[in-house]
Parts: sequence; C-alpha cells; structure tokens
Amino acid sequence: MVEFNFATVLTPEIAIAVLSLILLAIGLLIPAGARKGMMPLTVFSLLGVLGYTLYDFFYGQEAAFLGGMYMHDQFAVYFKVLFLAAALLVVLSSGGYVQKLPKHRGEFYALLLAATLGMMLMAGAGELITIYVGLELMTISFYILVAYLADDARSSEAGIKYLVLGATSSAILLYGISLIYGLTGSTQLVEVAGRLGGELTPASLLATVFLLAGLGFKISLVPFHLWGPDIYEGAPTPVTAFLAIASKAAAFAVLIRVYLLTMNSQAFSATGQTLLLVLAAITMIVGNLIAIPQTNLKRLLAYSSIAQAGYLMVGIIAESTAGIKGVLFYAMIYVFANMGAFAVATLIDEKQGSSEIKDLAGLWRRSPLATVVMTASLLSLAGIPPLAGFVGKFYLFSAAMDQGYVAIAYIGFVMSMISVYYYLSVVKVMFLAEGEGLPDVPVHGAIKFTMVFTMLITIAIGLYPTPLAQMAIAAAQSLF
Amino acid sequence: MSALPTVESMSMLLPFTILAPLVAMLLIVFLPKEETKTIKIVSAMGMLVSLVLSLYAFLTYQWAEGGMQFTLTIPWVPDLGVNLALGVDGLSLPMLLLTNLIGFASIYASWNIDKRVKEFFILLLILIAGVMGTFIARDLFIFFLFYEIVVIPIYIMVVIWGSTKRVTKEYAAMKLTIYLLIGSAFLLVGMVALYLAAGANGNPTFMFDQLAARQDLYSPAFQKVAFALMIIGFGSLISMFPFHSWSPDGYAGAPTAVSMIHAGVLKKIGGYGLIRLGIFVLPVGAKFWAPYIATLAVVSVLYAAFIALAQKDLKYVVGYSSVSHMGYVIIAIAALNPTAVTGAVGMMFAHGVMAALFFSMIGFIYEKSHTRNIADLGGLAHQMPRLAIGFVIAGMASLGLPGTVNFITEFTIFMGVINVFPVHAVLGIAGIIFTAVYILRTIANVLFGPRRSEWDHLTDIRGPELVPLVLFGFVIFFAGIFPNVLLGMIDTGVTSSGLAKVLETVSQAKMGGLF
Repeated sequence: MVEFNFATVLTPEIAIAVLSLILLAIGLLIPAGARKGMMPLTVFSLLGVLGYTLYDFFYGQEAAFLGGMYMHDQFAVYFKVLFLAAALLVVLSSGGYVQKLPKHRGEFYALLLAATLGMMLMAGAGELITIYVGLELMTISFYILVAYLADDARSSEAGIKYLVLGATSSAILLYGISLIYGLTGSTQLVEVAGRLGGELTPASLLATVFLLAGLGFKISLVPFHLWGPDIYEGAPTPVTAFLAIASKAAAFAVLIRVYLLTMNSQAFSATGQTLLLVLAAITMIVGNLIAIPQTNLKRLLAYSSIAQAGYLMVGIIAESTAGIKGVLFYAMIYVFANMGAFAVATLIDEKQGSSEIKDLAGLWRRSPLATVVMTASLLSLAGIPPLAGFVGKFYLFSAAMDQGYVAIAYIGFVMSMISVYYYLSVVKVMFLAEGEGLPDVPVHGAIKFTMVFTMLITIAIGLYPTPLAQMAIAAAQSLF
Repeated sequence: MSALPTVESMSMLLPFTILAPLVAMLLIVFLPKEETKTIKIVSAMGMLVSLVLSLYAFLTYQWAEGGMQFTLTIPWVPDLGVNLALGVDGLSLPMLLLTNLIGFASIYASWNIDKRVKEFFILLLILIAGVMGTFIARDLFIFFLFYEIVVIPIYIMVVIWGSTKRVTKEYAAMKLTIYLLIGSAFLLVGMVALYLAAGANGNPTFMFDQLAARQDLYSPAFQKVAFALMIIGFGSLISMFPFHSWSPDGYAGAPTAVSMIHAGVLKKIGGYGLIRLGIFVLPVGAKFWAPYIATLAVVSVLYAAFIALAQKDLKYVVGYSSVSHMGYVIIAIAALNPTAVTGAVGMMFAHGVMAALFFSMIGFIYEKSHTRNIADLGGLAHQMPRLAIGFVIAGMASLGLPGTVNFITEFTIFMGVINVFPVHAVLGIAGIIFTAVYILRTIANVLFGPRRSEWDHLTDIRGPELVPLVLFGFVIFFAGIFPNVLLGMIDTGVTSSGLAKVLETVSQAKMGGLF
C-alpha cells in the first residue's frame, strides 16, 4: 500500500469537482444564448477523465488515504469507470432534452457532475462518515435534479417526495452509523469489523439492519422500494436514467464494501444471510410482478430496475469472488442496457412529450433505429442471449448456486423469464401497432451515437464477455 | 481431465454454413424495403449456400471414423470454461440437413408475403441460423445461447404476420414464448447444476463430451434431479404431455414459415437435447425417469390423436398430430437402447420433413382461399391438383405408409421399444390407427368430393411455390426407399458415441442396488 498522494488517489475526483464548478461559473458568466458549448465541453471533459480512470484501473497502484479512510483499489476504480461512463452517456443522450429546458441549463450539468462526484466518493470510501458524505452529496444533487422541471407539477411532486423519503432514509442510515460508532468506537470499516467481533448483540443487530435499510432505500430493495416508481415517472427522463443506473450502482458499491468487511462477522452471517436472501427473493418477485400491469414506460423501467436490484443482491449473497465478480459485471452491462432504453425514452419524451407505452406505437415505422435499440436493451435486461444480460445473469446465479443457494438462483431464473412478458409487451406495441397520427421520430447526433454505441456494446459483451469479465475479476479480487 | 480442448482443429465448413443466412440477413438490412423481390432472392441464395454446404457435410462425413467431424474449437470465455466448439456427428448431421431443407423451403413458402417483407426475412433468417446453431454446437453454453436466440424472432413474427382464428395471435405468441421460456428456466437451473458438478474438481467445462466423460462426479440423486429439470425443459419444447398446449395454438397463430420451422425442426431440439444431454450425460437419471416418461409419451400419442380427430381447423389437426408424433420420439428415447434411439432421431427427421410439407401446403390453401376451416373446403383437387399431390404425400407420410421414410423410422422405434415397454408399444401402435382416421378424413374432406364452384378462382401452386413440394416429396420417398442413407448415418452417431457402453453402466448400476 502506497500512502496518500494526489496523483495516485484523487485525480478523477478533483477533475470532476473542478469541472462541475467551471460549468457552474460558465452558467453564470456567459449570456444565455451562447451556452450551446456546454454539452460538448462536459462530454469531452468526461471523456478525458474516463480515459484517465481506465488507465488508472489497469496501471494504477493500490493506495489508501489516512490509513483506510479513502481507498484506491481496483474495486473503487471499476465503479468510478462505471459512474463516469453512465454520466457520459446520460449527458450525450440528453442534449436535445436539456436544450428544451426553460432555464438553468448550465446548472443541470454541474449538478449531474456533483452527483457523479458523490458516487465516486462512495465507491472509494473506507469509512462510514466518508460514505455518508458521498451519499449525501449524491442525494442532495438528485433532490434538485428530480425537481428540475419547475413548471411541471409531477416533477416538483417527485422532488418533494424524494426529499422527504431520502432524508428519512439518511436519518436511519446515520442512526445505524452512530450505533456502530457507539459499539466500536470507530467508523473505519476495517477497525469496526475487528471490534464488532463474533457476538451478535441486540444493538449490533439493530445497527446493521439500519445500515442495510438506509442502503436498501437507495438500491430500492423491496420493502424500501415504494418511492421508486413515482419519482422515476416524475423526474426529467435523463435524470431518471442516471438515478436508476448510477445511484443504484453506487449504493451497491457501498453495500458490498460494508457487508463484506463489516457485517460479515460470524454471528451476523447466519441471521443477515437469511435476511438478505428473503429480501432478494421478494425484490425479484415483487419488482417483476408489479412491472407487468404498468402502462408508463418510465414506471415500467422503474419496476424492472427494482427487479434488477434483486438479481444483483443474489451475487452479494454468494459472498465469494465469483459472486462479486457477477455483481460488478452485471452492474456494468446494466448501465449500457438501461441507457439504451432510457435514450429512446428521452427521445420520445423530447419529441412527443410523453412516456406512455402506447405512445411508442408504430415506432418501427417512425424510427427503426430507436425500435431496434429499445428491443435489444429490453431483451438484454430480460437476459435473452446473445445479449449481455444473459451472461451477466449466468455469472450471478451460478455463483449463488456454487455456494449452495439453489433456491434463490432458481427464483432468479424463473422471474427473469417472467420478466420477458412485460418487456415483450413493449416490443409488441412498437412492432405491431400502426401508430396513426404520431409524428416521425428522427434520430440525430449525440443521441444517435448513444443508442448505437450502447446497443453495440450490449451485443459485443454478450458475444464475447471475456475482457469485461477479466476486469470484473480483477476488481473483485482487489477486495478480498 | 487435463484436456481442456485447445485450437486443435479448424474446419470452417460449419461456421460458413451458419454464417450464410446471417450474411444474407445483413445484406437485407441494407436493402431498401421496396425491393421485395431482391430481398426474397437474397434470402433464398443465402439458404441455398447453407443447404449445399450441409449436403456436402452429409455426403462427405466419414462413416467409418464416426464421432464429431468438421470440428472447430476456440476457447471463448476462459473463466467459465466456454468453448466456441462446433462439430457434427451422426445424430446432429441429419438435424442440420433437416434445418437447411426446411429453412430453404420456408423461404419459398413465404414467397407471397407482401406485408413488411424486409423485416420478415430478416427475422426468418435469424431464426434459421439460431436453430442451425443448436445442432452444430458441441458446447452446452453455446447450445443454449442459440436456442434462446430463436424465441424472440418467433414472438415478433407470430404477432405481426400471424393469423387470428380460435385464439388471437397475440395470445398464441405470448403463450408459446412463455411456455418455452419457463421451460428454459428449468433447463438453465439444470444446466448450471450440471456445470458446477462437472467442475467440482476444477477445469470447469460445458463441452458435451467432457460432461459425459465426468459421469463419476454425478451422484445418482443428483442425476435424478438434474434429469427431471431437463425433462421439464426439453419436454416443453418437444411438446410432451402435459407441457404441450402451446404447440397447437402457437402453430395455428404463426405464419406458414414459422409453423414449418417450429414443427419441423425447432421442437426437435427438445428430443436432440434429451438424447445428447439426458441420455449421454445423465444415464442414471434417465433410467430412473424412463418408465414415467414412457407413460407420458403414450398419453401424448393417444390423447393428441383423439383431440386431432375433433379439430375443424387444418392447422390444429396438424398441430395436434405433431404432438402425437413427438410421443413416438419420446417413448423411443425412454426405451434407452441404441435401436430405439436411432429410430428416434430418424423419426425426428422424417416428421420434420412431413410436418414442413403439410404446413406449407396448408399455408398455400389459406393464402389462396382465406380459410382453414375443413367444413368450408372441399374438392380442391379439381382446382389445385399439384397442391393436392403435396397434401396427399404429407398425409401418407404422416400415417406411416410403407415407402415413405416415416414408415421406416416408426418401424425402427417399435423394434427398439417392444422389448422394453411392450404394453406402451402396443398402445402406441394403436395410435397409428387414429392417425390414419383423422388424416384420411381430412384429406377426403379437403381435397376430394364434388367440384365446388366457389373455389374455381383458385390457382394451383406454381413457380417458386412448388419448391417445398418437390424438395420434401423427393426427400420423403428417397429416404423411404434408401433408408440406409439416413439410418446408417444416425447409427454411426449412436455407435461412436458409446451409447451401448453407457447403457451397460446403467444396468450395472441397477444391479448394484441403487434403486
């Protein structure tokens, strides 16, 4: 372990923070008419940071800041790559959408980057307070972003709901952290793990359950999922995409670190494992079953993302390198599959001002590219080969079965086949219905690039998963 | 078990066979959608290349050597142990040829499609390539990959180009898709369990031959459970009673080409998988479940034949008859002896050709007369003599007339089954009587009888429409008269796979008092 220096540990974080502030300044200083350059500026800066982070992943050194307060291992860097890629794709796909915003376009990108910074902190944090700070940075940025359409009642409603519920969940999380500090006298994960010991006292059980509840809210684990669909539906579509993809992955990064390092003491293992098993099972079942009757595309994707969180939990339950590898692999392909779907949703929202599934009618005629991208994305989420989702699910569920959790893997396989039902209902509307009177939806520029790129990645990883799998293995091994 | 296969053999024949339709598909993607004629010709050319290549493989396969030939092995996902391993043996080569025969003919059976032609042929070619892939895969993972590829194009094709009769096409499509996918969920669990058990001592693998070679790692209890999962998965696919009900509805809703491919080859993946994975890899499990499966198979044969008797829609008649015929294949697989297994594969080939011919003829009748209701039709032989010939050939093959390939294969099956399950075999043979009743009655009602003036405007099949009739008619009689071309080939597959030895092990296990 190398001790802390800026170059090895914090470069991407600092770059993102500076970029966010620059965008904020530009938004204030440059006249409103001349702000078209903000999106390219954001895109190219993000691209640069992403490139550096990728380099960092392969050639960077493991390092820790202040004896484990902030970690720089491949696990953290893997997640940083994921967040940056997600942010980049969201920015690319939201160009037209943001141009239509009445005001505060510059702040939109600045806030998006602030949220990204929060996520990056969460992935790297090796200490509970740092985790909390990162989490709040992310969440508070999202409070604003969700309510960004100030004239839209639903967006404001979603913002308020997210604020109230998010604050409650933060309070619960903080309470859990304070209990842990009270019990162990430390907030550093490594020390907490050492001092928590093998005994399960009522207080330590309460603390870990509170921690789980706080993080479960961000992941939208059933029964902490109820905020999800309303907020996903009300928020601006690019924000929904970022919320569904990146914030969830960030919470998973924390959950993996906390769970594997801290809660995994002998005594908690037995009880906690059962708890997680039950939560994962009902998350998969409830998420998929409630998705079936949805008529709004964003709500459908919200419930589907709840179900996807359930699949990811299966990998954590496996509690092995293979399981964590599955989670990392799946989280990454989940970004691309979901981004494809949300890019189409953003486009439809932008051109037709609606996100009802019936408004996708006849999309095959109005925009063949968007139809194909949407179909590929949804089928990847459903886990149909040769798309990436299949391999991802295979990694997750085979890791769980390898550890003897056959039942949960079985539920996962069956529920993912059931999920095909509602994904196909969307596909059916696009292909079958004629869509009389609905406008043509031409796809141009950055959003076209996003669509084609996400689809190609989804297909390529499905056909040849080896490179990403090796990255995920390396990241998973750095944790153990 | 050190021998994780490396790139030892590189025959490019099979990759080209499967790439031909995919290349044609890519060409079509870039063709303007108004150029319907070009699109159809490109599809036909792509399939012709595939057909010729698979015929070449069939003719140059070395019988004396046996085993997997034209192999290609490339390590694909090393951390999982997945190999992109292709190859064909005596069991899969007839199925590959069948796929290409039906795929080629299905292009011509769809010649008159005029709605969204471009999308139709793109999906059709993906579907054919997917089916082909399952038969040439030597790796379970790749097998499964190809199998699931075909499900989605079928759904879209039924929804867009299907027809709504007794049930809506949306219902039929979703029922078909969900049945097959839920079945494949069982299959996936079985597959992962098998993979983990085989990789228990390291060297994870999905290769069929490796999985079979590591049988000592599977306990009898494990084999029973794993085989049960397989029989649910593959049983739904081959429409074994009680998992069959998707099949008639699905065929009735589907466009002609999909019915042909689905009934002709896709459902054979179930039988093929049961042999390749069920018998070869999990013989003890197969032995345990065989009596139950045989009973279900006989129920399939008789129950479906009875229901077929009562059908009014032509496609439902053939749909139920295919459930009934698949019963013979399943009972042969359950008999667990080389003769019966040879018969089972032969029957799958024979039934595939027959069902595809039947569905293509029904497709032409429906296309021209816009009805499939048996009561509305009659005397069509007056107006459409060539179509009548095709229909009669299919019917005769269906009821197993000597001289057709179907007779030979059914005979082989009963030869193999009679010693193992005498009662089942006799009941199964009785099923042929009912088959004869509903087939002959259908033929009589649709084709013969007095000339009906309302059908005078119908034109006989001609030009490209004749391709399915000529192709399948030739195969049915050629393989019927020279059965050794087909059965000899299958026999080399059964012999070289060491099935006899496997079954010997099973009977020893029985003597060991495992049951």
